[in-house]
Amino acid sequence: MEAGSAIRPASSEDVSRPPFDVDRVRADFPILQRKVRGKPLVYLDNAATSQKPQSVIDAVSGFYAGENANIHRGVHYLSERATAAYDQVREKVTRFINARSSREVVFTKGTTEGINLVAQSYARTHLKPGDDILITVMEHHSNIVPWQLVCEQTGANLRAVPITDDGELDLEAFEQMLSERTKLVALVHLSNALGTINPIKQLVALAHARGIPVLVDGAQAAPHLVVDVKDLDCDFYVFSGHKVFGPTGVGVLYGRESLLESMPPYQGGGDMIATVSIQRSTWAPLPAKFEAGTPMIAQVMGLGAAIDYVSEVGLSDVASWEHRLLSYATERVLEIGGVRLIGTARAKASVLGFVMEGVHPHDIGTILDDQGVAIRAGHHCAQPVMERFQVAATARASFAFYNTIQEADALVAGLTTVKKMFA
Amino acid sequence: MASLSGLYQDLILDHNRAPQNYRQMVDANRRADGTNPLCGDRLTVWLKVEDDTIKDVTFQGAGCAISKASASLMTAAVKGRTRTEAEALFERFRRLVTGDLPDSEAGTLGKLAVFSGLSEFPVRVKCASLSWHALKAALNEPDAVVSTE
Repeated sequence: MEAGSAIRPASSEDVSRPPFDVDRVRADFPILQRKVRGKPLVYLDNAATSQKPQSVIDAVSGFYAGENANIHRGVHYLSERATAAYDQVREKVTRFINARSSREVVFTKGTTEGINLVAQSYARTHLKPGDDILITVMEHHSNIVPWQLVCEQTGANLRAVPITDDGELDLEAFEQMLSERTKLVALVHLSNALGTINPIKQLVALAHARGIPVLVDGAQAAPHLVVDVKDLDCDFYVFSGHKVFGPTGVGVLYGRESLLESMPPYQGGGDMIATVSIQRSTWAPLPAKFEAGTPMIAQVMGLGAAIDYVSEVGLSDVASWEHRLLSYATERVLEIGGVRLIGTARAKASVLGFVMEGVHPHDIGTILDDQGVAIRAGHHCAQPVMERFQVAATARASFAFYNTIQEADALVAGLTTVKKMFA
Repeated sequence: MASLSGLYQDLILDHNRAPQNYRQMVDANRRADGTNPLCGDRLTVWLKVEDDTIKDVTFQGAGCAISKASASLMTAAVKGRTRTEAEALFERFRRLVTGDLPDSEAGTLGKLAVFSGLSEFPVRVKCASLSWHALKAALNEPDAVVSTE
């Protein structure tokens, strides 16, 4: 999926024979059986958050019902079990993203916290006035604002690589904007507003050729692409549990061990220290140094179950099915007429962003909702993207592997109603 | 259950398509910008106020059908009214769209009563209120910016 996988129209023969059993997968997600406003739920807001399989729900409630204890501090049975289970999930995540060691895997409360951690512990302590942080125009606000705060604190400058009319990163500009002043690159793997998949491996190589570390925002990529941090060779990779079919309130920061070692703690508190006296303290080894206080233990259990689930379904099978879904939906939506796609990158996944002539996205959202179809309307926390395409907002349908061709048809039927109402 | 047809009535769709008083006012003596940061909607209301009376009112901006139609119908409803009357009308309108206005009082709102269906769509109440907030701000401060957040 890294490059060159253009959106192809799917033939009807293609879509009638899915490569994996969607119905079987759907049965694992209790919420997909419910109705909304008297109609079957058609959940196409997966880029905002994904739904949870029963195994994840059971892992969280099962922990509270039968296993609950604090970790790393009790000598009693339940605390030992909870500690072991928590540490096992870290090992699971380590394998899931192919990190070198579990010392490189820090649990956070989500992507946003992961970026803020790197901004405050790495960038703030390494940057000087006149240095550059390089981001892109397609970033989510969570990969813009933390760097603005650091720039205010350090006197560094924030610069953004432009994007093309198709919503692809301008690679030439990226290369030109890397300079001796550039001290950090932070960019998105899969854009939440455009669906663009950035060629991370290539971009990291360009930055590393100049000795610049790279943070990758993988919030949208983790549920759709196989993430291999060793292969990407990035220095930091962040994602959220709730977008990868796990609970809210838990996320992952991968950091290269040597960099994490060079960084001061993000927050102080229990669990992150080796020794404490009134005047000074010493830090616990990685990754505990970055996990102050009682962590989100039950959510970590849920994340472990989510990773098991996703691994079983198989992200590479998922990618080709989702690609088919997106191609089919894109083609059908364009047939309606008066629709302009926002985001037409060659390498793209999950996200179908568009505007309809004469209809505000919020009206589209309300009318689709009446038919049980959940999409997102607005700026998607990516206002610079809206500005780039000169729209106030877009409508966005975002697909997950449990979505079906029939659901894409329901989206199209809803949009046809919208068009009639506003004709 | 929320009724879509109760929300998108013909009068609202018509005013969305062809809003009234949709222009800048060059000789305005009051103006206010209203923004809804959540959705990026933005509109400007211009007023000509003389002897505490709204002699003229116009608006322009980008927004959904609900916000545009509401602004359009608002301009028609408040033209010629005093500041106190306009603010009292806003209060009744606010109670209407949040479902707090008894049916017996809805009749006093004239065409604005078309927004009664909105009380079933709480997330859209802000859309209809944006222009009114801007109006109120313009009446009280000559040059104001208000936000629904």
